[in-house]
Parts: sequence; C-alpha cells; structure tokens
Amino acid sequence: MHPITPYHYVFLSAALLVVGTIGVLTRRNIIIILMSIELILNAVNINLVAFSHQLANVNGQIFAIFVITDAAAEAAVGLGILIALFRNKETVNADEVDLLKW
Amino acid sequence: MAPGRRLASMLDTALFYIFAALTLGGGLLTITRRNTVHSAVWLITSLLGVAGLYLLLRAEFLAGVQVILYIGGIMVLFLFVIMLVNLEQVVKEKRFSGQKWVAMACVGAMVVQGLWFAAEGAARFRLASPAPAGGEDLGNTEQISRVLFSQYLLPFELASILLLVAIIGAVVMAKKRI
Repeated sequence: MHPITPYHYVFLSAALLVVGTIGVLTRRNIIIILMSIELILNAVNINLVAFSHQLANVNGQIFAIFVITDAAAEAAVGLGILIALFRNKETVNADEVDLLKW
Repeated sequence: MAPGRRLASMLDTALFYIFAALTLGGGLLTITRRNTVHSAVWLITSLLGVAGLYLLLRAEFLAGVQVILYIGGIMVLFLFVIMLVNLEQVVKEKRFSGQKWVAMACVGAMVVQGLWFAAEGAARFRLASPAPAGGEDLGNTEQISRVLFSQYLLPFELASILLLVAIIGAVVMAKKRI
C-alpha cells in the first residue's frame, strides 16, 4: 500500500467541502443546512492539520482551534435564530422564509 | 525499511482509508437523510472520523477538542434544538429545494479539478516539502499551548470576546421577551 501523502488529505478535504456545499445548496431544512456548514468547517480543519503535520509546525493546529471556536459561536447563534424563526413562522424550511423576496 | 516500520506505515494507510470513509460516508448520509435526528447521528460519525484523522496526524489535543467540543457540545446543542422544533411534519415534507443545478456545478468543478490533477501528475504540485525531523520533542498539547499563549495571545483573547458575543446573541435570539 502507498504511504499517505498530503495529496490524500487535500483530496479528502475537497470532497468533504463539496459534500457540505451540496448540503447547504440543496436541503430545505435549516438545521441540516447548519450541519452542512459544520462539514465545510471540518474540511478546512483537515487541511490545516494535515499541513501542520507535514511542516512540523503547530500554527496550523492553532488555526484549527480558532475555526472550532468560530463553529461553536456560529452554531449557538444560528440555532438561536432558528428558534426565534420557528416561534414566529412555524417553519424550519429555508425556502418558506421569503419575506424579502418579491 | 525495517519490517516494524513497514507494518506501521501500512497500518497508517489502512487507518487513513477507514477514517476517510467514515468522514465522507457520514457526511453524505448527513445531507441525504430525511429524519433530522438521523442526520445529526451521521454527522457525529463524520466528526468522529475527523477526530481519528487528527490522531493519525499526531494532533492529539485537537482530536480531544474535536470529541469534547464538537460531539459533546455542538452536536448536543443541535439535538436539543431538533427536539424543540417539530419533527413529525418535517419528515413528510419535500427534502430538497430547487437548487440542484448550482450543486451540480460545484460537483462538476471538483471533478474537473480532480481530472486536471490526475492529468498533470502529482509531481507538478509540490505542496510542501516535509520539515526535517528533530528539534524539541515536546508533547503536542505543550507545543500548542506555548505558541497559543505567546504568539497568538491577542487572537486568543479576541476569541473569548467572540464567544461572549455569541452567548449573548443566542440568548437574545431565543428569548421570548427581552
């Protein structure tokens, strides 16, 4: 078997990014859209940590920690918005929230 | 190569493919399941795969953070919110919105990039030459803390302000009457 190179990690990360993007674009449920954003952030983190390992430099891992912090903040605020939305409009579907559309 | 080293390398390769399959499969099932709770459980699987990849990359601290913060914190928050909004109605509704073509364009761009990479060959893309081994042999957590609390002290403090703002924002958003 071939040893694992950074190319493997870059491709895995790109594939996970595409999966997350498809989730954001095609799903109607806002909760699943938020989960897809988590997938995208994880794809970025895989890249950062892979190159951190390759270069033997921990800066990439520190960036990954900051990305995880942002993910936590984003999830908290996003789910708060979702609860407010559900209270007002009784829906969790992104395409039914069309007040600004004409 | 010594037989022990070759065995370790083979194990690394096998574990990479296992964790990669876990990550990608979990991600795909996350975005295709009808039931939101199932999606959340598959996302947890995917995040566990990513934590395994961090362990393979010798980032033990991040693997712990991934499991404790992502799976223990964020995913439990997701599951709570899924319980708060109604479940029965969503299961019967249409799953996908009409943005298939944009998504197809994303997949197309990815496939074109992959084919271009395969056509040019890996040798043309010198990503990063590996760093020479040696230097200080500290633990992963100790290395991270040394850099985080010296070079990245200001971003670290700013992250705490970000979290404070997020807490206040979430409470204000979710509260009935302010």
